[in-house]
Formats: sequence, C-alpha cells, structure tokens
Amino acid sequence: MTPELGQLALILALLLALAQGVLPLIGAWRGNRALMAVARPAAAGQAVFVAMAFGILVWAFLHFDFSVRYVAENSNLELPWYYRIAAVWGAHEGSLLLWILILNVWTVALAAFSTKLPEVFAARVMAVMGLIAVGFLAFTIFTSDPFGRLLPMPGDGADLNPVLQDPGMTFHPPVLYMGYVGFSVAFAFSIAGLLGGEMEQAWVRWARPWTNIAWGFLTCGIVAGSWWAYAELGWGGWWFWDPVENASFMPWLVGLALIHAQAVTEKRGSLRAWTILLSIFAFSLSLLGTFLVRSGVLTSVHAFASDPRRGVFILAFLTIVVGGSLLLYALRAPKVAGGKPFALLSRETVLLIGNLMFAVASAMVLLGTLFPLIGDAMHLGRISVGPPYFGFLFPLLMLPVVLLLPFGPFLRWGKGEASLLKPVLLRAGIAAAACAIVAAFFVDGKLKAIAGVAALVWLGVGVLLYALKRWREAPRGKRYPAELAGMLLAHLGVGVFVAGVLLTEALGVTSDVRMAPGQTQHIGGYDFRFDGVQRTTGPNWRADQGTITVTRDGHAVATMTPQKRTYPRGQVQTESAVDAGFFRDLYVALGEPMDAGNIEGAWSLRLYYKPFVRWIWGGGLLMMLGGFTCAADKRFRLKRIAESAPVGALQLQETRA
Amino acid sequence: MSRLLPLFGFLLLVTLFGFGIWWNTRHDQTAIPSPLINKPAPAFVLPELYDPAVKVSKTDLLGKPYLLNVFASWCVECGVEHPVLQVEGPTLGVQLVGYNYKDAPADAKRWLAEHGNPYHVLLADQSGDTAINFGVYGAPESFLIDARGVIRYKHIGPLTPGVIRRELKPAIAALSKEAP
Repeated sequence: MTPELGQLALILALLLALAQGVLPLIGAWRGNRALMAVARPAAAGQAVFVAMAFGILVWAFLHFDFSVRYVAENSNLELPWYYRIAAVWGAHEGSLLLWILILNVWTVALAAFSTKLPEVFAARVMAVMGLIAVGFLAFTIFTSDPFGRLLPMPGDGADLNPVLQDPGMTFHPPVLYMGYVGFSVAFAFSIAGLLGGEMEQAWVRWARPWTNIAWGFLTCGIVAGSWWAYAELGWGGWWFWDPVENASFMPWLVGLALIHAQAVTEKRGSLRAWTILLSIFAFSLSLLGTFLVRSGVLTSVHAFASDPRRGVFILAFLTIVVGGSLLLYALRAPKVAGGKPFALLSRETVLLIGNLMFAVASAMVLLGTLFPLIGDAMHLGRISVGPPYFGFLFPLLMLPVVLLLPFGPFLRWGKGEASLLKPVLLRAGIAAAACAIVAAFFVDGKLKAIAGVAALVWLGVGVLLYALKRWREAPRGKRYPAELAGMLLAHLGVGVFVAGVLLTEALGVTSDVRMAPGQTQHIGGYDFRFDGVQRTTGPNWRADQGTITVTRDGHAVATMTPQKRTYPRGQVQTESAVDAGFFRDLYVALGEPMDAGNIEGAWSLRLYYKPFVRWIWGGGLLMMLGGFTCAADKRFRLKRIAESAPVGALQLQETRA
Repeated sequence: MSRLLPLFGFLLLVTLFGFGIWWNTRHDQTAIPSPLINKPAPAFVLPELYDPAVKVSKTDLLGKPYLLNVFASWCVECGVEHPVLQVEGPTLGVQLVGYNYKDAPADAKRWLAEHGNPYHVLLADQSGDTAINFGVYGAPESFLIDARGVIRYKHIGPLTPGVIRRELKPAIAALSKEAP
C-alpha cells in the first residue's frame, strides 16, 4: 500500500509544480499579486510531497519490500542498512527522485531567501524552478516509476552493484546533484531577467552567491567521484575522461566561466549577454549530462540502463527548456553592448581570456564526448577519442589561464597599470624559476615534475603577493572581505591541483609483479613484503585478503590489506588498500592467484607509489572552499540589495499600481 | 542574427541526439549477437540436479530438439519467467531442459518445489564453468538446440509470452519443417 502512496505523492507534487510554474508567470504578466503569491506555498507543498515519496522509497529499502521492483533489483537481504539507503540512488529511477528532491531543496531555499527580492522578479524565478520540476516529475511518473510493483514478490532481491558499495559512493551523487541542480537557480534568475528586460543588471548580484554555492558543490561532487574511482576501481587513476565524468565536467567549466563573468557584469555592467548565455549553458549542460547518462545514446562504464522512450522524453524536455531559453535569449538579450568601457590592459580583459578558455575547453570536451555519435552519423563507425585527445588539448587550453592568473587581481577594472605587473612578474617568476631549478635535482630532471613545482610556486607566490598588498594597503578589518578571500583560496587551489597532477604523473611508480609469500619488492624507496592471502568475510561478502607489510629503511610504515571480494550474486570486486599521506600514497591492488585455486601461493599484485596524489583532491577542495567563502560575502546579503536596487523597487510599485 | 547562433548550434546538437536515439533503436547496443548461433552447441557433461550420480552429456540429448533454459534460484527475473514457462512450456513441442546455473542444489530444489517444475531434464552447473562455453553471462537465458546439437536461437533475459509467440515459436516451427 505505501508504495502506491509514494506514487500518489509524486502525482500531487507534479500538480503543485504545475501551479508553481504557471500561475506566478501569469500573475507577473497581468500584475496579479494573488497569482504571484501562489509560488511559495506551492513550492513548499511540492517539497513536502517529494520528500514523502523519497522517504517512502527509503522505507521500502530499509524494510526489504521486494514487491517494489526497484527495491528487488537493487538490494537484497544481506545488504547492510547504510548501503540499502545508498541503493535508493543506485540506479536510474531512484537517482531521478534524488534529483527532484534536491531541486526542491534549492527551490525551498530560494523561496526562503528571496523574500526581499522584487515581487515580480521573485515570482518569475520561482515559476522557472517550478517548470523545471514539472519536467522532471513528469519524466519520473511517465517513464521511470520507482514504485512499480514486481508480482509475485520474490523472496530475495538482486544486488546493489558492488562497485557502488563504498562509502564514497553514498555521498558522491547527492553532492554532485547539489551542484548540477544548483545551476538551475542561476538559470532561473537569468530567464527571469530576460523576461523582465529592463532590470537586467540587478539580478546578476542576487544570482552570484547561488552560482558560487552550486559550483562549490559540483566541485566537491567531482572530487568525491574522482577519489572514489581512485580508491575503488583498482586502476589507481583519478580521472578517465569517461562520458559520464565529462558530463559533470562540462557544467563545471561553464560554471567557472559564469562565476567570473558574473563578477564582471555585476561590478562593471559589461558582458551582460555573455553572462546570460553562460547561465543558460551551465544548466543546459547539467541537463545534457542527465540526458547522456540516461538515454543510452553513449555507452559508458557507469551509464544507467536505458530505454529509448526515456531518451525521447529527455530529448523533448531538453529541446523545450534549452531551445526555449535560447529563443528567449535571441529575442530579449541586451541589444547593445552596455557597461563601462575597458582598456586592453584591464581586469576585464584577463577575465575575458579566462572565460574564453573555459568555454572553448568545455566545447572541446563536448566534442570529444559526442565523437562516437558523430562517427555514427557520418558512417565512420563507432570511433571514440580517448585520453590522448583530452590529455593533449585540455592542458594546452589551461596554460594561458595558469600563466595569467597571478596578474588578474593586480589589474584594475577598466584600466590596469602595467607598472604594478612588473614586480609581480619578476618576483613570482624568479621564485618559480629558482624552485624549479632546485626541484630539478630532486626529480631527476623530469620535465613534468619541474613544471608542477614551478606552477605551484608561480600561482602560490602570485596569491601571496596580492594578499600582502591588501595587508599593506587596505584598512584593518577590510583587508580580506569574503569575496576576495574566497578568490585567493580558490586560486591557491588551482596551484595545488596543478602541482598534484603533474608531480603524480611524473614521479608515480606502477609495478605489476608476481609475489610469493615472504617476497619483497622495492618501489619508490619503500619495501613491500607480501605476507600471503587469507580468507575473510564481511556483512555481505567473502574475500581473499592479502597482507602486505611496508617498511622504509627497516622502519615499519604500514600494513596494507587489499581484498578481492565476492558478493552474494557472484560479482567480484577488488578493494585496493591505500596508505594515504600528505606527500605520497602507497596503493596495493590484489590481482589473481598465479595458480588458480591455490590462494596460499603466489599472487599477481599491482603496487603503486603515488607522490602528491592527494594534492589533486586537496586543490579541488580548496577551490570548493573558495566558492563557498565567496558566497558568504556581506555584499550579497539581500538587505543592502533591496536598498541599492531602485530599479527593482520601481518596478514593484508599478505593478502594485 | 548573431543572437540566434546559440539556438542554431543547439538545434544541430538536438538533431544529432535525435539521430543517436533513432540509431540505437535500429542497432541494439546490448544485443551481442551470439557467435554460437548455427554452430554446434559446446559439449558438456553435467550431473543431474536430483541425482548427481547420473551424468547427462550433450550426446544423451541428441536426436530431438530441446530448449535449454538457464535459471537460478537467486535470479529475480527467473521468478518472472517461471510462470510463463509453466504455462507455455507444454505447448512448445520440444523438450525443456533446465540448466541450473551457479546455484546450491538444495536452494534450487527448494525453489522448484515451491514454484513448480516445468523441466523434463535438469542439469546442475554449480561452478558455472560449463556455462562459460555457452557464453552465458547471466540468468535467465535460453538456447534452442536442434536434433543434431546445433544452436538455432538464443534469448537473453526472461521469456515472455510475447517473445515466445514472436520469436521462439517461429524458430521451433522452422526446425520441424526441415526435419526429415
């Protein structure tokens, strides 16, 4: 009975979303305040029903209700409770429900924090959010019902994909979706801005903190996904340029461009049309990611099972949302290039170059991801471009960004002074060169590693110099407003990230070896002694567990226990053992017994020494922190905005009259 | 005009995606055509489920066409397929050979006692080693094997009344036509 209630809740949520999407728009158009006032209660009601549906699905998983097909397909009696909760978003239907739930979280937050916005504008923003919810709720109800029954009810279910049975996976999707869905807010703001027309500048400031927070979550989600792939897949890699990874990376890149474009538009009024276009693109790419993952158009290691009906539905939805907003853009976008003029040497120029690079990189990733599809269309057969394509083009596009980054903050808006740049160039350049020369001796002259050190010092010193300048020149208490501190943190994160990537790639050691118990291998200055394999069991798996004792110059460093798990349905999953450290990771994955059946004998093992690999995620986390810190800036609090937005206030009065 | 460019670019993309969906409906990405079709079925010797002392081999089954149905008690979809086999099995006109895949014999017997046994012969492949030769990568799967031991048709996933009517029965009819 309860699963049917879940379905009913979804249908009611759809009706409320329709009310939230249509009525306030009509209200804003006709100047009807009663209709505009529908937005917030409708959003709240929708959120309640969606939360109810989600709760019912969680309940069904916790109580082993295998009469629900989705539960039977993704869990079984032996699955521990925490993975039964994670199983809710372990496959297509449930993850879609999670998407909707998170959309509702954002909508409710927007409803709560937008009370000081002009009424008409807020009504339009809420309506756009409502229309997005209509699309996703209809998609769920008509093509992907998570509450469908399976009768007769099986005695036990199948299993959650063992690859997903990992702590990283329990929180990776929710955080990632917070980012994806968060771009819907910036999107809604820009659509409302286009509809309103005359007040196209004020909304950018209101949208900024939302964009920053969404981008921060997306960063965190991608970092979590990358870390999970590293820890779980047993290949020791942290990024694979897989279509699904690219699907999250494209909105991230466009979001990055958007954050910087919004800063220009808010402060100087320039790049208005570009900011609107980027807001549309960021969310469109989030939708596109959903489409690519769920339509079966592309095959990927972690794409969901597909059904052509679903593909057609999302494609229609995508066409309406993106096509509609781009049409609106074509009709209503600011006609003349507005804003204050800027010289060739100015902060605007640097930000514009960065924007261009991020946009081109995103287009490059899109092209690479869609290549197999283009191949089909041109009758060239299924061709896919892999890491060589991305690995060559992406660093090339990011090189100017890294080189220009330290100068950005030193340049003034409108017209920068060349005299300020020279000391930065000299100091950061000399520091980077000096450190690179010293590093060259430590890394045996490996170019990538030297470049990594140089990039870290270049960016780090750049950030430090600007922090010092603020310390000297700005009055106490106003030295580091949140927006500025966030920027510095994120830029430092870029340096840490680049260093992590280059140093790991240059200095990492991988070794596939055959080891008999008692044998020792020497890798990266460490001695790995293989102490044999025993059987062990967990809550829902059996495993062969190896023991590897790691020593360095005779001192014990770590005891590592990689496993090869077998889950109840026969799926085999490797659990690599990682000894994490600030400067290096040791990583061991268990291969196969050399002599099948004799687990006490020799095994094939894969040993890694990965220096600075943690810096990759550390850099990502710093960028995330930067995004969140920026959003906390006092300037974005709505109280001041209400005062400083006479245009919006005027509009409000007109509507009331 | 330049403001319409993003829209045109996007419409181009939509065309590409529409093409992708259409292409996928024509070219099934999951259907891996079995290289074994129209090839002799792999030789096997497997114990009978209820009497492991009795070994059934491929040669024992030659002479009459049969439908080899891979199932397991742990397989959810098999529970969906089973009632269909119970009803449709006797109407097929071929022997039904149950192939118990990666299953504990006790579990399989309990499952059959509970849901009914439509099979004429039951083979037990507890390790799943023989199934590898058949290219089995999950249950349920069904193979139609003719009197000379050649695989003529293969279906992955549960047999539904629709699949039986549209695919399996015509395949069986084709067999009886060519029989001398």
